[in-house]
Amino acid sequence: MSSTDTASETATTAGARAHARAQHGRTAEFMRHIPASTSPTAPAGVSPDSLVWSETVAPGGYSSAVLARGTRIRFTDPDGAACAHLLLHRADAPHERLNVADTVKVPWQAYLGNGHPLLSGFGRALATIVADTSGAHDALTGTSTRAGNLERYGAAAPESASPAGRELFTLAALKHGLDRRDLPPSVSFFQGVRVRSDGSFDWIGSAGAGTSVDLLLHVDAIVLVANTAHPLDPRPAFTCSALLIHAWPAPTDLDRLSEGNLLGPLGPEHRQAIANTDADLIARGQL
Amino acid sequence: MVPALVDGAVVLDEHVAARAAWSAVVAAGDVLTIVDLAGNQAVDCLLYAAADTGVRYSAQETIRRQGRITLTTGSVLRADTGDALMTVVADEVGVHDTLGGACSKESNTLRYGQHTRAQHGCLENFLLEGSRHGLGARDLASNINWFMNVPVDPDGALGIVDGLSGPGKRVALRADVDTLVLVSNCPQINNPCNAFDPTPVRMIVTTPDRPSAAAGDGEVSA
Repeated sequence: MSSTDTASETATTAGARAHARAQHGRTAEFMRHIPASTSPTAPAGVSPDSLVWSETVAPGGYSSAVLARGTRIRFTDPDGAACAHLLLHRADAPHERLNVADTVKVPWQAYLGNGHPLLSGFGRALATIVADTSGAHDALTGTSTRAGNLERYGAAAPESASPAGRELFTLAALKHGLDRRDLPPSVSFFQGVRVRSDGSFDWIGSAGAGTSVDLLLHVDAIVLVANTAHPLDPRPAFTCSALLIHAWPAPTDLDRLSEGNLLGPLGPEHRQAIANTDADLIARGQL
Repeated sequence: MVPALVDGAVVLDEHVAARAAWSAVVAAGDVLTIVDLAGNQAVDCLLYAAADTGVRYSAQETIRRQGRITLTTGSVLRADTGDALMTVVADEVGVHDTLGGACSKESNTLRYGQHTRAQHGCLENFLLEGSRHGLGARDLASNINWFMNVPVDPDGALGIVDGLSGPGKRVALRADVDTLVLVSNCPQINNPCNAFDPTPVRMIVTTPDRPSAAAGDGEVSA
């Protein structure tokens, strides 16, 4: 091996390796914290040691994880322009997945909020919203598309400055062996939509910076999250800010929820959904 | 007999029994008229691009793009890519649902109690009819409910209420691309979507008379 004064430090394998390894230990504004216990953003009242997922998702970024039943997931919008588009698939049977129609029809409620169950199409609860300081969400109008963002912002690719939610979901799904057929209608948090009396939409946007939403998982689930501008956001410039994700085990919350001690009494539809889910897990020997 | 809503050569005219499934590929340019024979019969409907069933009807894309939750004349029924699959070209009711989805044995247990699990549901029809076209559970998404009425109240409360259709009322859909139409003639008996009495419907496909209509070969297969 020889070198000259002008040779690049990465001109050799040894130099390139040293260069690469010297980067370890750095941090970035948008990153997943591994192990999660090293999280610099742990929520107040949650021990960093209990975290199983800690991540700051970039505006226009996405993430995914497989999480166990009883996990509590908190999405936080620190700056007021996050929009967390969400899909849930049952981990061991991903054809069972979030069904937005049943999620609004069965509880007789179109607007997501505290206590709302997120239902599959097979009569079971995948998750329940167990905390919500925002109240501005959307289960009706979905995420953005490649064609839509190309028209709105001139770019839609995941690596662009204005990624389309469906492109991000597709990537997240592919990493779990799923594909576009596995992408049903989705829900989103932090940028609200309401229906006017004539059936048209009113985009109400954010409830402000610093709000959060907690989900409690009733089954092991593949969680797909895309953080990108809501498709009805009227602002001409692509507008999105960071999304924080934290998750930690909270299995006793499942019992407290069912018993009415977490959120108060649940509606009969919600109770039946949890009963169907639990019956299925008992039959599988998982509960 | 009630004719098709859009004049043209009839290429298909089929009676769908109460509670049954139905499907057909409607060629680009052809028009499907759905006839609510007895009135207030929900017709659950999914659409797929015949050339690539991975491109399917998206309720969310459709209602967001048109800016309104219900369908009527002028509504473009879009895939989740944003592409148009079909367009509502005539409608004698004025309001059709996009939010309520399909009934199922499983969701009946949540809505009405465990004793309803044995009842037939739209999910059964969609799965079995879809399987004839190589589709499975992964291919199902929020569907259209022709002739069904689902208002959203100011507080977000929504529900299936008494219908606005009537005997013989029709809706007509023009295929913008060759489209696989999957239908469940809804068997629900626990809510007003079928006036508590599921009834037959009629499906008529016509090729419009306009000489400029490039309707392909006009072939329709069931």
